[in-house]
Amino acid sequence: MALEEQDFLYVSKMVREESAIVLEKGKEYLVESRLSPLAQQDGYASIKEMVQKLRETGELVLKLKIVDALTTNETSFFRDLKPFEMLQKELLPELIEKRKDQKRLEIWCAAASTGQEIYTICMTIRENFPWLRDWNVRILGTDINQEVLDKARRGVYSQIEVNRGLPATMLIKYFEKSGIDWKIKDDLKSMTEFRKMNLIKPWGSVGRPDVIFMRNVLIYFDTDTKKEILGKVRNIMQPDGFLFLGAAETTLNLDENYVRRTYDRGGCYTLKGKDAK
Amino acid sequence: MKVLIVDDSSATRFMIRKMLKELGCDVVEAENGKVALETLSSNKDVEVAFVDWNMPVMNGYELIQEVRKDAEYNNMKLMMVTTETEMTQVVKAIEAGANEYLMKPFTKEMVVEKMALLGIEGAVQ
Repeated sequence: MALEEQDFLYVSKMVREESAIVLEKGKEYLVESRLSPLAQQDGYASIKEMVQKLRETGELVLKLKIVDALTTNETSFFRDLKPFEMLQKELLPELIEKRKDQKRLEIWCAAASTGQEIYTICMTIRENFPWLRDWNVRILGTDINQEVLDKARRGVYSQIEVNRGLPATMLIKYFEKSGIDWKIKDDLKSMTEFRKMNLIKPWGSVGRPDVIFMRNVLIYFDTDTKKEILGKVRNIMQPDGFLFLGAAETTLNLDENYVRRTYDRGGCYTLKGKDAK
Repeated sequence: MKVLIVDDSSATRFMIRKMLKELGCDVVEAENGKVALETLSSNKDVEVAFVDWNMPVMNGYELIQEVRKDAEYNNMKLMMVTTETEMTQVVKAIEAGANEYLMKPFTKEMVVEKMALLGIEGAVQ
C-alpha cells in the first residue's frame, strides 16, 4: 500500500510547519512506517483515510498524533545504549551458558524498521562473542512495512544515519563506503533475516526467541491490543527468555506474568517464575 | 562539564557552542590547534574537545597527535568533528587517538548520542 504523492506532500508540509522537520521526497517509506501503526490503532482502514480525515476536519488531536509519530522514536544505532549493554554484559553470557549444549540462539527484532537495531545486535555479538560464529544464531527482523524492511535488508545508510549513535570503531569495522553512503559489510548482513509481519495479525513462525526486542511498538496500540501482543509474546518466547520494551513502555497493568529485571536505569522483562536466575 | 571547541569557523563554533550550552556545558574555544594547546594549558578541567580537521596553523589531526603525547590529558575525550567523510580519514583520526568521529552536518541529538558513547551520558542535560 504505497502512500499517494498528494498525501505525502500534505503530511510533509504539515510536519514541517509543526515541527520544522523536513521530510523530503524519498522519505515516503518513513511516513508509511510511522503512520501505519497509528492508522490501525485509531481504526482507519489506511493511512490515506486517516490523512483524508485530517484534511477535512483539521482535528488537532489527530494532527498532534501524526506529528508525534513522525518526529519521535527516530531510530539510531545503539539507541538508548543500555539495552545493548545489558544484552552484552548480562543476558548473552547467561544464555550462552544455558544453551552451550544446543549451541542455538534466537533473537527477534519485532519492529526492525530500517535495520539499525538488528545490526546493532549483530555488532554486539560479533564484537563480544566471536565464537558464536560456530553456533546456530538466528537473528530475525520483522516489520509491518515492506519498504523499511527492504532498506534494512540492503543495509545502506546515509552519512546522517551513521552519525547517529554508531561508535566510530564500529563504523570502521563493520561498514564500507559506498559512494556517499555507508554499507554494512556482508559478514554482518549474513547474520540476519527479514520478514514482513503485522503484530496484530497472525504471526506465522517467529521461532522460539531467547531475546525479543519490541521497543516503542506497544505505544501505538490500545490496551486490549497491548495485552494480546504481550500474551502472544509469552507463548512464543523461551521460558527463560528476555523481552525488551521501549523506555516509556511497561507490562504493568497489562500482563502480570512478566517480571521486570533492572539494569542501570533501564531493564527488560522475564517471565514470572520461569527465570532461572 | 567543560568542553573545548576547536574550529577555525566562528559560525561553526557559534553553532556548537549553542548546542553545548543548551546541554548545560561550559565552553571554551580556539580557532586552531596551536591556540587549542594554549587554551588547554590554562583550562586543565576540559573533559571533552570537539576538534575540526581542516584548520590553519595546526590542524585537528596534528592537535590530536599532540594531545595524545601528553599524559596530562589522558582522560580527556577527543571528538573529531569534520566534513571529512572518507573511511581512510575516520581510521586515521581514531588511530591518532580520537575517541569519536562526528561528520558535519550534525544535530544536537547526534551530539548527545556521541557524548553518550564517550561515557558522559547524563553529564549533559
